[in-house]
Amino acid sequence: MSYFSDIYKGIKTLLTGMSVTGGYFIRARKGAITQQYPDNRETLKMFDRFRGEVVMPHNADNRHYCTGCQACEIACPNGSIEIIWDRVVDPETGKKKKEIDKHIYHLAMCTMCGLCIEACPTNAIVWAQNYENSVYDRSKLTKILNQPGSSVLDGIED
Amino acid sequence: MTDQQAQNKIKTEEYFINMGPQHPAAHGVLRLILTIDGEIIKNVEPDLGYIHRSIEKMCERDSYQQIVHLTDRMDYLSSHINNEAVCLTVEKGLEIEVSDRVKVIRTIIDELTRIASHCLWWGVMGMDLGALTTYFYAFRDREMINDIFEETCGARLTMNYNVPGGLMFDIHPNFVKRTKDFIAHFKTKIPEYNLLLTDNVIFHKRTKGVGILTREDAISFGVSGPVARGSGFSSDVRKHHPYSAYDRVDFKEILFTEGDTFARYQVRMMELWESVSIIEQLIDNIPEGETKAATKAVIKLPKGEFYQRVETARGELGVYINSTGNKNPYRVKFRSPGFSNLSILNHISKDVLIADLVATMASFDFVIPDIDR
Repeated sequence: MSYFSDIYKGIKTLLTGMSVTGGYFIRARKGAITQQYPDNRETLKMFDRFRGEVVMPHNADNRHYCTGCQACEIACPNGSIEIIWDRVVDPETGKKKKEIDKHIYHLAMCTMCGLCIEACPTNAIVWAQNYENSVYDRSKLTKILNQPGSSVLDGIED
Repeated sequence: MTDQQAQNKIKTEEYFINMGPQHPAAHGVLRLILTIDGEIIKNVEPDLGYIHRSIEKMCERDSYQQIVHLTDRMDYLSSHINNEAVCLTVEKGLEIEVSDRVKVIRTIIDELTRIASHCLWWGVMGMDLGALTTYFYAFRDREMINDIFEETCGARLTMNYNVPGGLMFDIHPNFVKRTKDFIAHFKTKIPEYNLLLTDNVIFHKRTKGVGILTREDAISFGVSGPVARGSGFSSDVRKHHPYSAYDRVDFKEILFTEGDTFARYQVRMMELWESVSIIEQLIDNIPEGETKAATKAVIKLPKGEFYQRVETARGELGVYINSTGNKNPYRVKFRSPGFSNLSILNHISKDVLIADLVATMASFDFVIPDIDR
């Protein structure tokens, strides 16, 4: 007798489960459909805080906010940031001032922890919302964040 | 000689096979050396080290702020709770009191993490037992939580939102609304989960009476989390040693006494309801306050030992820091729930079928990077 009741129970629970999936099959709305990812690149927008990669914004005159204080380099847990800097004599005051030559960022080593951006006193580096970072050659993942010929904005002190 | 006598004369030999390191039911690089006789398991010997990254050693190199992001990579399904464990330990050492706002936000995100982790576990448990549909349903709902995390923390899995002294930045303006939307949505989905899998007779037959873990064994092997609570061992750190805002919310510790795979399953399913209720109690009145207590740029813990434990989705995570007063810790030790839970596996899967071992392992909810670290 339990043989037949087992079969009955088995079929009953099978139909219960199928009523859920069948319900979705009939009532499938637009929201329930998977994103068509590579085809929706134009409309796909990441959240503002999304950690894509570290970038250094420059203004229209090719000026940035980085004073070369190296706080980001110290904060980075795995050495993804290297700063090559020099002391340059200010022609007006005659004082020596730190200035960056290259702000090197190794995207391949970056764990996207966000400690460098937290540490930056002048908000010179920010997160970009890129999400397609794959390249064919890993040397392309070593980026120089300051643009050629750029300099620090006047009046930015760390 | 009759057939029966001939069968008795056949000698069987034990042999061993590897389950893993690449096995779909192991959810990671866990290698189990099975000694089997036919299809009956005689011995299970876990072989670890395939994803060892020496996180504890790396912690000795890093400053206290930098340790936090490494713990993301241990139990990646409860990364926020791991981060919180380190931050609580450092805050204990520095004797900082974080604001109520930080405590409440941390608790809400903890519980969201727990729901996300249990969702993944539920989907994967169904998949291990041959029900693929559960996987899609669970991931659909987990996606909403991941969106909440992405909007507020900036990342979906390795969030690194906690810093010693508070939070990296305040919650996103949409956080409260999105969380409420999710809770309203998820409350209608848990009954659906039950219809799909919990009430299924085939699922009962696969899980009831399989992999029975007694309360005494659970205690003596140091098992924690839902696995221990499925055996009736009350071990919830949130209840017994409340941290963050858990002392101001009202929730039940789920206990089942059967100790089998189905009991462990039910504990997690009931915990989903408890997590939802905790979030509902906190989400409407997040107190105002600062999100980060003032700390020095270089944190130096005083000389001594500090220990803090938290309840992750898998069980009790303990963080031990031994400091000599420098900016780096002298020794960091993580007591991870997965490692202790794995130690019981051989004990409870003797003389069972291989298929039952898969069911047992699914109910243990192993995350291998948590075991290896």
